[in-house]
Amino acid sequence: MIKLIVYTLLSQVRTLWLVFIKIFQKKDTVEYPDSQPYMFPRWRGRIILSRDPDGEERCVACNLCAVACPVDCIALQKGEMEDGRWYPEFFRINFSRCIMCGFCEEACPTNAIQLTPDFEMAEYVRQDMVWEKEDLLINGTGKYHDYNFYRVAGKKIEGKDKGEALNEAAPIDVKSLMP
Amino acid sequence: MIALFYIAGAVAVISTIAVIMQTNIVHALLYMVVSLLAVAVIFYVLGAPFAAVLEAIVYAGAIMVLFLFVIMMLNLGQHTRNEEKSWLTPKGWLGPSILSGVLLAQLVNVMSHLSYEIVPEQIGVMEVSALLFGPYVLAVELASILLLAGLVSAYHLAKPK
Amino acid sequence: MDLEIGSPLTVGLILGVVIVTAALLITVERRLLGFWQERLGPNRVGWFGSLQVVADMIKIFTKEDWIPPFADKFSFVIAPGIIMSVVLLSFAVIPFAPNIGVIDSNIGVLFVLAMASLGAYSVMLGGLSSDNKYALLGSLRAAAQMISYEVFMGISLLGVVALTGSFNLREIVNAQSDGWYIIPQFIGFVIFLIAGVAESHRLPFDIPEAEQEICAGYHTEYSGMKFGMFFVAEYLGLVLISSLITVLFFGGWLGPTFLPPIVWFSIKAFAFIAFFVLMRAAVPRPRYDQLMSYGWLFLLPVSLINLLVTGAIILSSQP
Repeated sequence: MIKLIVYTLLSQVRTLWLVFIKIFQKKDTVEYPDSQPYMFPRWRGRIILSRDPDGEERCVACNLCAVACPVDCIALQKGEMEDGRWYPEFFRINFSRCIMCGFCEEACPTNAIQLTPDFEMAEYVRQDMVWEKEDLLINGTGKYHDYNFYRVAGKKIEGKDKGEALNEAAPIDVKSLMP
Repeated sequence: MIALFYIAGAVAVISTIAVIMQTNIVHALLYMVVSLLAVAVIFYVLGAPFAAVLEAIVYAGAIMVLFLFVIMMLNLGQHTRNEEKSWLTPKGWLGPSILSGVLLAQLVNVMSHLSYEIVPEQIGVMEVSALLFGPYVLAVELASILLLAGLVSAYHLAKPK
Repeated sequence: MDLEIGSPLTVGLILGVVIVTAALLITVERRLLGFWQERLGPNRVGWFGSLQVVADMIKIFTKEDWIPPFADKFSFVIAPGIIMSVVLLSFAVIPFAPNIGVIDSNIGVLFVLAMASLGAYSVMLGGLSSDNKYALLGSLRAAAQMISYEVFMGISLLGVVALTGSFNLREIVNAQSDGWYIIPQFIGFVIFLIAGVAESHRLPFDIPEAEQEICAGYHTEYSGMKFGMFFVAEYLGLVLISSLITVLFFGGWLGPTFLPPIVWFSIKAFAFIAFFVLMRAAVPRPRYDQLMSYGWLFLLPVSLINLLVTGAIILSSQP
């Protein structure tokens, strides 16, 4: 009994001492606005639309991102250019709904939509959280520097017929009997 | 000093009447605390600071807190307040108040013939203790045995089965 | 400037300094807690966060002062006033320095105990009048805890009173000129410390306002300035308990003469304030029944034995 009481008291004193010496240790706090924390490149933050190496929009308005989005914050409308390329007539992301899950980036077949390490997106007006295509589009390739969708895809556009894409076999003429 | 005495006495009387008149039991208890504190002030003015502080500690500080504690356990509400109000009809309190008024008149009559003086000396802890453990030691021991009995019975009630 | 006991200047100074200290403690405690938890604490407002208390005050003053419609208005409004006035009244008997104090009372110790016991009303009325189940639970706990720990608080400092032979706090300080009472009354000191923490319901004994279990306890329904009064009164209680420990066990203003007495008093009192904050940072909260059984089954016998032994030694050392 006495032993238990003494042991309990001493353990309390030891606790107090161990916490007391913390006052001399280095603090873990990062003083955020003064010293920026290191953000990892694959951090899922603000969404951007990237361009291909030739400077054209990568987005082909396939709507896969809008389908994948669990909170339905992406809205876009398909348009088609005269040379056969598809593009979004408008592309709208409502960041007040976005949960930065990254499903749109996973779903994108052309690596157009990408998440960036930027997280400072506070606004005073709620409507300012809705970003249009002009706000989202950047003058760069994002994380994938060499990828150009129309160069590797079989889609026919002006200046590139079927079978002329990279690593693509020529189309089989089904009307011919030749092997 | 004498003015302080009369003010404290008036506060004690008024708050005691308020204890009886109040229908909200928590407010009544608060008035009772005020009354006890006023009595403590009277003790202090009459030169008994030890008795005054004990009045504040024991009565106002412990016993009244326990009363309040019990009231918290009870489920009191508007219906008890209405019930209290229904008991405060003139028919109920007229008879007793007339009778106690007669007694009060007699008391005042008797006390007005007494000669009294306010003792200027202070009765401190030493004098009170010397009295308690001198002439009144038997009473003190009996009271402590009573308290011990209360303590033992409380322990018996609270003992886990 | 001549300071003497009971002059209006002294009384005003004590009142102002005590309240400002209590308000500043809000910031000091947050910073100290931060340091002990490897954080920085509030350091944005003013120089190293010194103006944080001003920001807090602005916030508390400008908040809506709301009385719930279901509350008992009378008790609800006077509850914060009771604890504030009771704690401030207790400072009347504290001897800060030979010439600084409000009154020189022969019943100083008893007066502090009486005021501490009246403080229980504030907590109980606040909880009872809120008409909220968490507030009611908090005030039930507070009532039982404060009544119980008052007993040990009183008994533990009776050893000091017996050694001095007086209830006068000034005489208690003067009697310690050849040795502080911490040495002969170490057990009394430990019990007084524990009971003091419980009496001012600070962590680890903040069971009446245990946030994790019962919201904010008895002041769940309070907001604005009324909450501010509860808040400041808690820190006033902290200053009071620290001052009492300094006076009763650590020689009050006594110390080497190269510093004035009031500075010695402040240093000692602040050391205990910091110790209370350290306890908040380090020690976990016990369960309610553990608190009660710890008090009645351990502290009560120990404090009684301490008083008995002290009395026996005093009697045997007398001729």
